[in-house]
Amino acid sequence: MIHTFVSYVDDKPGVLTRVSSLFRRLNINIISLTVGRSERPGLSRMTIVCEASAEAGHRIRASMYKLENVLDVDDIAGAPAVTRELALIKVAATKDTRSPIFELVEVFRARIVDLAPESLMIEMTGVESKIEGLIQVLTEGDNEILEVCRSGKMTMRRGHHTSRVLKALGAGAIEPEDGASQTQQAEEGAVVEPE
Amino acid sequence: MNTNVNTPSPNGAITTPTRLTGSEILWATLVGEGVTDVFGYPGGAILPAYDALRKFPIRHVLVRHEQGASHMADGYARATGKVGVAVATSGPGATNLVTGIATAMLDSIPMVCVTGQVSSKVLGTDAFQEVDITGVTLPVTKHNFLVSRAEDLAPALRHAFQIARSGRPGPVLVDITKDAQQATALFDFDAAKPAPYRPHPMLKVEENGLKEAAELIRNAKRPVILAGHGVMQSGAMEQVRSLAERAQIPVALTLLGLGGFPASHPLNLGMMGMHGESWVNHAIQEADLLIACGMRFDDRVIGTPSTYALKAKKIHIEVDPAEINKNIKVDVALVGDLAEVLEQLLPQISGRDGSAWLKTIDASKGAVAVRDIKNLPDSGHLYAAHVMHDLWRITGGNAIVVTDVGQHQMWEAQYFHHEHPRTLITSGGLGTMGFALPAAIGAKVACPDKEVWVVAGDGGFQMTSPELATIVQEKLKINIAVINNGYLGMVRQWQEFFYDKNYESTPLVSPDFVKLADAHGIAAKAVRTRGELAGAVEEARAHKGAYLLNFLVEKEDSVYPMIPAGSALHEMIRRPGKNPLVERPDDI
Repeated sequence: MIHTFVSYVDDKPGVLTRVSSLFRRLNINIISLTVGRSERPGLSRMTIVCEASAEAGHRIRASMYKLENVLDVDDIAGAPAVTRELALIKVAATKDTRSPIFELVEVFRARIVDLAPESLMIEMTGVESKIEGLIQVLTEGDNEILEVCRSGKMTMRRGHHTSRVLKALGAGAIEPEDGASQTQQAEEGAVVEPE
Repeated sequence: MNTNVNTPSPNGAITTPTRLTGSEILWATLVGEGVTDVFGYPGGAILPAYDALRKFPIRHVLVRHEQGASHMADGYARATGKVGVAVATSGPGATNLVTGIATAMLDSIPMVCVTGQVSSKVLGTDAFQEVDITGVTLPVTKHNFLVSRAEDLAPALRHAFQIARSGRPGPVLVDITKDAQQATALFDFDAAKPAPYRPHPMLKVEENGLKEAAELIRNAKRPVILAGHGVMQSGAMEQVRSLAERAQIPVALTLLGLGGFPASHPLNLGMMGMHGESWVNHAIQEADLLIACGMRFDDRVIGTPSTYALKAKKIHIEVDPAEINKNIKVDVALVGDLAEVLEQLLPQISGRDGSAWLKTIDASKGAVAVRDIKNLPDSGHLYAAHVMHDLWRITGGNAIVVTDVGQHQMWEAQYFHHEHPRTLITSGGLGTMGFALPAAIGAKVACPDKEVWVVAGDGGFQMTSPELATIVQEKLKINIAVINNGYLGMVRQWQEFFYDKNYESTPLVSPDFVKLADAHGIAAKAVRTRGELAGAVEEARAHKGAYLLNFLVEKEDSVYPMIPAGSALHEMIRRPGKNPLVERPDDI
C-alpha cells in the first residue's frame, strides 16, 4: 500500500540523509519526497511517499522516531487529507500550434507561465492523477513534451486534527479509511467534508 | 586548564564557568559525565586533545588498533552498564573504530566514540587523513555529531552521553575538527546540559494492554518467558524473577540474556534458538503463551518466522517500538522500559499452578539432559566442552567470561552456567570475531577486582591478538583460554553439515600461541589432555599476571544441537548417538 509520511525534522545539515537513509536500509523505494520550511522555526516539514506493507508502515514510523533529528511523524495512509503536487511542463509550440494547448490548459485549470517562440511552459497544481491527465492529453494531442518538472506530493490532513480543537468543535471521530492507523484516527480523525 | 579554575570537585570536575580550549572542554565534559577511563590511539587530528589529557583525572588505555579501542569501550560498558568511551584520530583511526561501533549498535551498548577531524577550513577537500566519518557511521550509530566550534563541544558531548544512555542504548560518535580542539570557549558544564530526554512518542504502556497481558498469563496452560538482553539493560532481573516465580512460568534465555536469570533457578530452562537445548526449543514450539521480555525475536532465536511457536499467543515487552511485529507478529505489545512495565504488570498476576506444564517439559528432557560430560570416559581427546565445564566448576561460575565468536562461544553458552548478570560478555548481534580479547581488557579495566577470562577460538584470537601488548602495558590480570582446533570451527561445521565436508579455506595454521604470549611477556601453557586441564586452569588463576592457556582440542567436534538456518525451531540436528570420535550416551 501507499504510505504518506509527514514529518517535522530539525533544519540541520545531514538530516535529509538520515531520513532517506532509513528507507534505503529497509530497501524501500521513495516515490516522492518534498522538504521545505514549516510553520515552526528551525523545523522543516517533509512529505515522504512510498509503497510498503501495512506492517512496514508502523515500523517505518517507529524507526523514524528513533532518529534524533525527527520530532514528529504522521502516517497519513488513506486518511482524509489534501494532497497537491506542482508540475512545470514545457511543451513545443509555435504561434500556429499554441491555441489547442491553451484550451487544454484552460480545461485543466492550469496556467501558462512562459511563452517562447517555439515552446511554452505550463504550471499546474493538483493531485497526481490530474497532472498525469494533462500530460496524457498533451502527448495524445501530438504535442512534444520537452521537459517535465514535478515537485512530488505535499500532503496535509484535512481539518483541525488536534484532539483539543476537536473537543472544542464537539465533532465526533470519523471512521478511518482502509489502512489508516486506527488509534491515530480515533484521536485525530474529525473532518470537514471535502470541497 | 586555566589558572582561574576553582578547586575542582572530588572527581576533578570543573564546576564553575571557565575559559578553556576545545581539547580541555572535551576532557572536562567527560569528567563531568563521570568518565574515568577511555580507550584510544593518538594521531595528528586528535593530538591537541591528547596534549590536554594529562591535566585531567582520566585513565587512557593505549590500544594497538582502534578496533580494539571500540571493543574495549564496549566490554567496559557491558561489564558495568556505564557508557564506554573510545578515542581515535581522523581517517583510518576513525574507520578502524567502525567494527566495534557496529558491534555495539547491534547489541544496544551505550558507547561514545570521540574522533579527531581535519580542520574545518579543509573539510571536504580530501585533506590528509580526512574521511567523512559521520557519513560512514550513519547506519551504525544511534546518532552522531560533527563539531567544528569549541563552544558547541560541551553541548554536543553531553547530548551524546544522553543519547547513548537513554531508551534503547547505543553508540554515538562525536567528530571534532582540529581547530575546534585548539580554539577556546567558555566551558559551563551545567549550561551545556541537553534538553530533557524525549522518550519515543510511540512509547506508552496502555492500561488495556496490561489487562490483556495479565488475562493471557492467568489463562495460559503452557506459558514460557523469553528473557533477552533487555532484562540486564533495564535492570529488570528481580521483576522477571518475580513474574516467573509468581506465575510458575519457565524462563528461556537468549544468548545475550544469559545471566539475567540465575542458571541454577529451577525455572531456568536454558538457552533457546539455533544452539539451544531441544527441550527449550520444544517448549517454545509447544507453548500457548510466550512472554518476550527485552528481546527482539532475532533469526538465530526463532528459526523461521512462519513456523515459530504457532500455538502461542505472544506478549512482547520492549523499549523500542520499531521492534514490535518486526520479526514475529505479537498479540499484545507493551512498549516501555521492561522493569517499569513489569512493575505495573506484577500486581495483576496472582499465584498460578504451573506444575503440569513444568512436568511435561521435564519429561521431554529425558536422556537429552544427560550431559554430565565429566562422567564421559576419557578417550584421550580434549573436548572444548570439558574446558568450559572446568572453567565454570573451578571459577565457581563467578568469573566474567568474555567470548569471541564461533563454536567456543556456543560451548561456553551451553556449559558455563551464568548465575549473575554481566558475567557473560559476547558479541551476539553482529557476531564479531576478534571481539573477546579487547572487550575483556575493557571489562577488566572496569572491574579490576573481578576474575576475567577470555574464551576465544584460534581464528578470532588472531584478529586482535596484538592487544596482548595492551594487557602487558596496562598490567592487567586477564586469563586467556584459546580453544584451538586448527579450524575456523563454526564455518567448518557448516561445511561439514551443508557443503559436503568441503573444508575450503577453513583449516587454519596458527602461530604457537604459547610463544606468542611469551614474546609479549605473558605466561602461557599448552594443554592437550583432560588430565592436564584442571591443573592448568588453577595455575593460570594463581599466576600473578596475565596467563594464556592454549587448549589443543578435538579438531572436528561440532556444536550440538543445531537448527540449520531456515529450519523450524524443532527441526534440530541432534547430538549423534555414537560420536565416531568418542563414545557418548545416545542422543545427548
